Amino acid sequence: MKVGLDTKRLDATFFALSDATRRAILVRLASGDATVNELTESFSISQPAISRHLKVLENAGLIRRSRDAQRRPARVETQPIADAVAWIEHYRDLWESTYERLDVLLAGELNKRKQREQS
Amino acid sequence: MPSKLDVTTPSEREIRVMRTFDAPPALVFECHTQPELVQRWLLGPPGWTMPVCEIDLRVGGRYRYVWRNDDDGQEFGVQGVFRDIVAPERIVNVETMDGVPGEAVCTTTFERSGGGTLFTLTLMFESKELRDGALESGMTDGMSMSYDRLDDVTLRSSPQSP
Repeated sequence: MKVGLDTKRLDATFFALSDATRRAILVRLASGDATVNELTESFSISQPAISRHLKVLENAGLIRRSRDAQRRPARVETQPIADAVAWIEHYRDLWESTYERLDVLLAGELNKRKQREQS
Repeated sequence: MPSKLDVTTPSEREIRVMRTFDAPPALVFECHTQPELVQRWLLGPPGWTMPVCEIDLRVGGRYRYVWRNDDDGQEFGVQGVFRDIVAPERIVNVETMDGVPGEAVCTTTFERSGGGTLFTLTLMFESKELRDGALESGMTDGMSMSYDRLDDVTLRSSPQSP
């Protein structure tokens, strides 16, 4: 597992996810494709604003918009989020293996102190 | 939560590591601040040792850690200055890593949680780029984690692929 190679892609993913409206749009799209108009109705913000958010999500590869020129419904793409999760998991694992050693040390020290108290 | 460890990026300049330990805050604090204890667990990947661990635990005091890969002699170090110390609850220090530009403000808290300790380490970088750079060069290249170990770790946590 090689993580962190596609830095630009990760940057785009995390940037796209750093906005509450964009996250809400993704949640909405997770339950089904939607057009700009449908999204504008669901969210109380202007259509240009929705379009701008969709552009950011699209640039990050988090959504794909079909070629259907009339409606262009947006669809969620899961791979970038899976990659972002893998990236975080990778560092989680690095820390976890270190902290497991601390667990062992703490247990040993606790034991030692308990025995010292008893003697 | 499947594991006791939680790593998050609360903002684009931060990394936060949270973990619970089955020991009281005083002992977890000691294991982070007494060199002879730190050197027994903060070792990095297999094959690495921690030959230097100097800690001058007072406000304005300095610390330096160096890890060494005994196979190829490669070394990686971090150093910093303590800004605030409230034993055994809280440590704030400013840290730089070898080969990584910029510095990070590290805030560590040790909170009593049941019979154990909730440990929270928050690293605040000067910019998002520096945060990402620290993660990448500091922790993958610098620590040079062996692929064997990586396989081991990934197997053990076996992330579900979608």
